[in-house]
Amino acid sequence: MQSIVIIDFGSGNLHSVRKAIEHVADGASVRVSNRPEEVVAADRVVFPGQGAIGSCLQAMDATGMRQAINEVIASKPLLGICLGLQALYEHSEEDGGIDCLGILAGRVKRFSAPGDSALKIPHMGWNQVDQNPHPLWSGIEQGSRFYFVHSYYVDSSEPTEVVGVTQYGVSFTSAASRGNLFAVQFHPEKSQRSGLKLLENFVSWDGADG
Amino acid sequence: MGLAKRIIPCLDVDNGRVVKGVQFVDIRDAGDPVEIARRYDQEGADELTFLDITASSDNRETMIHVVEQVAGEVFIPLTVGGGIRKLDDVLRMLNAGADKVAINTAAVAHPEFVKQATDHCGSQCIVVAVDAKQVAEGDAPRWEIFTHGGRKATGIDAIEWCRRMADYGAGEILLTSMDRDGTRNGFDLPLTRRVCDAVEIPVIASGGVGNLNHLVEGVIEGHADAVLAASIFHFAEHTVGEAKRCMQAAGIEVRL
Repeated sequence: MQSIVIIDFGSGNLHSVRKAIEHVADGASVRVSNRPEEVVAADRVVFPGQGAIGSCLQAMDATGMRQAINEVIASKPLLGICLGLQALYEHSEEDGGIDCLGILAGRVKRFSAPGDSALKIPHMGWNQVDQNPHPLWSGIEQGSRFYFVHSYYVDSSEPTEVVGVTQYGVSFTSAASRGNLFAVQFHPEKSQRSGLKLLENFVSWDGADG
Repeated sequence: MGLAKRIIPCLDVDNGRVVKGVQFVDIRDAGDPVEIARRYDQEGADELTFLDITASSDNRETMIHVVEQVAGEVFIPLTVGGGIRKLDDVLRMLNAGADKVAINTAAVAHPEFVKQATDHCGSQCIVVAVDAKQVAEGDAPRWEIFTHGGRKATGIDAIEWCRRMADYGAGEILLTSMDRDGTRNGFDLPLTRRVCDAVEIPVIASGGVGNLNHLVEGVIEGHADAVLAASIFHFAEHTVGEAKRCMQAAGIEVRL
């Protein structure tokens, strides 16, 4: 029986992520944990996140989770969701500007809508993802819609790490991957069939490169 | 290619049962919120909104149980509103599986509560529900906020209020016209348009939908980011899929 751990920073609502993973991972042990040793011991890890990036990074430092995440991606699959994508980059404009984990190359910026009343912030709802080939997209039609809710977006500086692109005023990185790591800006746990399929692909993914 | 306009069926829940006479032929129990939620999900609803229309605290427990059950099998965003008065109410709904919580009367009574809730939980899960009624017509039309199901006037200007709630961190506005709610005459389009154009956050139009063309009007003329309806879906007059095809035919981007 495989074990899947969902990292908890005490900030977000992890109920949805947990329910969706349980739904697709028949018989797996799914746990929510804020303990680095449990995260490192899992077979695969989900790194979700909501709220503000500053408090997320603070909680990671307080619990020693930074190191745990580095250990995880060296050896087993990790799925980042929403803030769990943004935190992997070098720097974010949120909370007055903050350095992040620096695992992926690029920066996190705020959507801006100067004089453009059509561009609502947060970017909320179902938008399309233009997929670059990766095993986790298996069985999901090109251009499928996923559910987004965010005010900051990833501007990647390493094209080989970009596996999904979405348009909202700008063209931004909505999915990224490197080695054992796959991370998405949208919420697969709230994206109905396409989202569940992505989670199903993740729970059977061996990691290490598409 | 871009963000789709959302269609959100709304379920009014009284003591754990959906009211307003749902008449789906293939649903065993017409009042079971879980079965109805599943049905809307299959039809392609983009989100679901549950409004708890019972006031007593005993029934609040029932609502939490409903949310838990729905969240366990329907994997689209769920908004829950009705009787949310303090931070603990918000947290309990989120912990039960709601993705967003709608605050209405309590926001008017204590506007700082919205700030407190968004600071604690993040803007993305706080919706401010606004019930507005027109109080002046003609060249200088004006709408005000009403509470207690449209019975109690507050004297607060609706547009100003929505701007303030956006400043306080609300992630979204659920705008209901009390003049149109239940009439099936269509949205209050001038109100919807004014609010949508006044705030940077997304706005859900609500109140008055009686046919599919009303949904189209809400987006095209009202500038709404999402449209909410109850009775046209409950009475199985139209499916969510039909509504989406109608919107698509009118040139609106939808998730099919």
